Amino acid sequence: MLHNLNIGELADRLAKRQISSVELTRHFLGRIERLNPALNAFITQTPDRAMQDAESADRRLAAGERGPLLGIPLIHKDIFCTEGVRTSCGSRMLDNFVAPYDASVVARLKEAGTVMLGKANMDEFAMGSSNETSYYGPVRNPWNTAKVPGGSSGGSAAATAARLTPFATGTDTGGSIRQPAALTGVTGVKPTYGRVSRFGMIAFASSLDQAGVFARSAADASSVLQVMAGFDPKDSTSVDAPVPDYAAVLSAPLKGLKIGLLREFFEGLEARNAALIHDALKIYRSLGAETLEVSLPHLPLSVPTYYVVAPAECSSNLSRFDGVRFGYRCEKPADLLDLYTRSRGEGFGAEVKRRIMTGTYVLSAGYFDAYYLKAQKVRRLITDDFRAAFEKVDLVISPTTPTPAFDIGAKMHDPVTMYLNDIYTIGANLAGLPGVSLPCGFVDELPMGLQLVGPHFAEAKLLNAAHQFQQATDWHRRAPRGYE
Amino acid sequence: MSAWETVIGLEIHAQLATKSKIFSGSATAYGAPPNTQADLVDLAYPGVLPVLNAQAVQMAVKFGLAIGAAVAHRSVFARKNYFYPDLPKGYQISQYELPVVARGSLKVMLEDGTVKNIGITRAHLEEDAGKSLHEGLANATGIDLNRAGTPLLEIVSEPDMRSAKEAVAYMKKIHTLVRYLQICDGNMQEGSFRCDANVSVRPKGREKFGTRAEIKNLNSFRFVEKAIQYEIARQIELIESGGTVVQETRLYDSDKDETRSMRSKEEANDYRYFPDPDLLPLEIDSAFIEAVRATLPELPDEKAARFAGAFALSAYDAGVLSASRELGAYFESVVSGLTANSGSAKLAANWVMGELSSALNRDNLDIADSRVSAAQLTGLLLRIADETISGKIAKEVFEAMWSSGQTADAIIEAKGLRQITDSGAIEAVIDAVIAANPKQLADYRAGKDKLFGFFVGQVMKATSGKANPAQLNELLKTKLAGAEHA
Repeated sequence: MLHNLNIGELADRLAKRQISSVELTRHFLGRIERLNPALNAFITQTPDRAMQDAESADRRLAAGERGPLLGIPLIHKDIFCTEGVRTSCGSRMLDNFVAPYDASVVARLKEAGTVMLGKANMDEFAMGSSNETSYYGPVRNPWNTAKVPGGSSGGSAAATAARLTPFATGTDTGGSIRQPAALTGVTGVKPTYGRVSRFGMIAFASSLDQAGVFARSAADASSVLQVMAGFDPKDSTSVDAPVPDYAAVLSAPLKGLKIGLLREFFEGLEARNAALIHDALKIYRSLGAETLEVSLPHLPLSVPTYYVVAPAECSSNLSRFDGVRFGYRCEKPADLLDLYTRSRGEGFGAEVKRRIMTGTYVLSAGYFDAYYLKAQKVRRLITDDFRAAFEKVDLVISPTTPTPAFDIGAKMHDPVTMYLNDIYTIGANLAGLPGVSLPCGFVDELPMGLQLVGPHFAEAKLLNAAHQFQQATDWHRRAPRGYE
Repeated sequence: MSAWETVIGLEIHAQLATKSKIFSGSATAYGAPPNTQADLVDLAYPGVLPVLNAQAVQMAVKFGLAIGAAVAHRSVFARKNYFYPDLPKGYQISQYELPVVARGSLKVMLEDGTVKNIGITRAHLEEDAGKSLHEGLANATGIDLNRAGTPLLEIVSEPDMRSAKEAVAYMKKIHTLVRYLQICDGNMQEGSFRCDANVSVRPKGREKFGTRAEIKNLNSFRFVEKAIQYEIARQIELIESGGTVVQETRLYDSDKDETRSMRSKEEANDYRYFPDPDLLPLEIDSAFIEAVRATLPELPDEKAARFAGAFALSAYDAGVLSASRELGAYFESVVSGLTANSGSAKLAANWVMGELSSALNRDNLDIADSRVSAAQLTGLLLRIADETISGKIAKEVFEAMWSSGQTADAIIEAKGLRQITDSGAIEAVIDAVIAANPKQLADYRAGKDKLFGFFVGQVMKATSGKANPAQLNELLKTKLAGAEHA
């Protein structure tokens, strides 16, 4: 079936004109129509736009143009601005917001000839680990619809896992690509901070946010990242460094690769979950890699550090949503203060408000030094820990999450437990490092992920290690029942 | 003498004369229809990001070098968070802990001719906010974001000034400097150059500063002086009547000539400054600084010193003539057109500072728009120097030049104003005048010396003022005396 083909195979059939992009697009639109109601993976479906994109791609193909993504459908997380199509960021605040421009990620992928099927559901303003904070309702995990798909890029993950799209974009501020990738059994890549432009991506925590990709294999992800990555003069934090040919090194042998197992990751980890990581290490050793233990002593501080830095930045980033120029405005404001307080009070959901309040608090006079400044210092220590580790090893390995997908509603009223879901992923954001999550087995019939994190701009090495693992395993080929 | 000493520090906002805004590509031109010079970045649309304008950085560095300050190799943009409708992001991007320019100073000449060194704590880059519009809108407020994101250089002085006049002298000197550097057009009506004044008073001799009030948004030198004067008087009166000054922000009402409380320290915003994560720290290397240094023009103090030395002008005249680059260039152009002799620079200085300046003031024109060009004024002064016309006639010629745009020679010729230097011709007129006024002659000879002026006047009247004054004096004296002996 078309939806089980990888991107390379689809591009090959399109190139040989064995299928058209229109046919491919119709296939996925059909699956979305049939399967999405059980998942709620979309905030906005764009079938008309998809057909236009597909026709345009077919014209380019007919004219002899070829490209790894030309004519391939995708879904964008609804955090990326898309010209003429609503960009809600999962919030009532932006329920009526149609961006007048494309995010740089969207523009690059459009230029490459992709076909936009729609905009994926997500936690409100990317704040959440379960996709339950979305104004548009929770996304359900295709492996078990009573479970969350993870978050915040839950719609992108669920849609990719359910084969409603060959791939999807996402963003990762504290694990929002890797964690849902793990919980839905797909491959998720969070590049180095600055590798992919943030222009047009609605900011949550600017120093942590990074765009990335969900796909069903590292090879697929690498061909998407190839298009997304690169310097953007519109983003001052994007890095002007050449983008290596990721595909070219996917098959490089792993002989001599040093993989570090993080001691801190395993304290309190359930045995069945730990066993999957040890199995993965065995596979890596069989592929010629060397495994050794490394320590990141400050890593246990990453969750509290993150929950100071990220809210601080978000409290400022979300100030622009004031009911004045765009987005939600309350009915009949009595005066300016009423306009602000009711527009924001009614437009934002509980988790967003919690983080704005936390962030406002930690930046306030008298608290700044004790919270924000101290968090920045710990952030530096964590970064230094990683740097020291990468003097000994090429990549570090850990589980992506402590547990498999949990029940919808189980953690919503306990934010601290919810935040601990990100314990393995947050360090890479604080240090700006690239990470991938790969399917590595099942616990309680739910997929689990392993995470590889590398030094800055080591995406090629990460994808190579991920691809080699996927050559030796078939976890990533497993499809949830009913979505095969 | 007052028992109080005033302490003043100024925060001057100079709008940088960049073509585009500090973090977006929108134009900065003044006066466009509302919101036509605001792009998605200025409107703070979701997802947009700031990109720093390199020209604004060059201008800030230029200013730093001109005041002998330390230009920071690394400075940081921070967010100043507060809600206001004309602040689209809900925060202003500014520099807080690490400014681009620190620790400079400026020499300011005071009214009594003494020179005072005023310390400049820092100068930092920031963006301006938009404007809220209330006129012509019923029960609504309009927002114009054309100005949002316009680059500003905020120049913060030390509390070094001791009177309103000192504060104005300092502000004028900064005004001169930024225009010299061509980093700000200095237009105060359009708000391109404005300041906040921190004012406090303390008993003379006490070291500790009194509690200060900050007067916001003063956009003319006159308002700065009057607002500070009012505020000093208010604070002294308050303390002397047993009250205490509270730290607060005040607004100056120029119609009522008073300052009014805007908000107290307790009501002040907590701006929650933190480094802007969308912008990397601003790194400036030595090569960049040296490249900017190479573009520095002759600075006002350098030009004044050169004028005083090369043209033997007083410090005051040299200061006035170097008050703007354009005026200095005009003056130098006039001087260079005259034959170099001991009087030519003084002649040029007097005319530029006298007739020309008053004509410009009268018509509210800048030197660049002068109706008499430097070459034309030179032409006029040459006729004074070669005695074709007298200084008095020259003023008449200048007025004609100002209104007609013609050259001095053309006007002198057309109006027949050429000075009479032929002794015979002057003598003939003198003889006629003496003959026509026998009574005055008799009185003069009887000792009424003041009547000499009467005869001068009569001769000038008869020659339409064209008689060479020196020759006339000489000949008239001889004639009046000569007749006595005859």
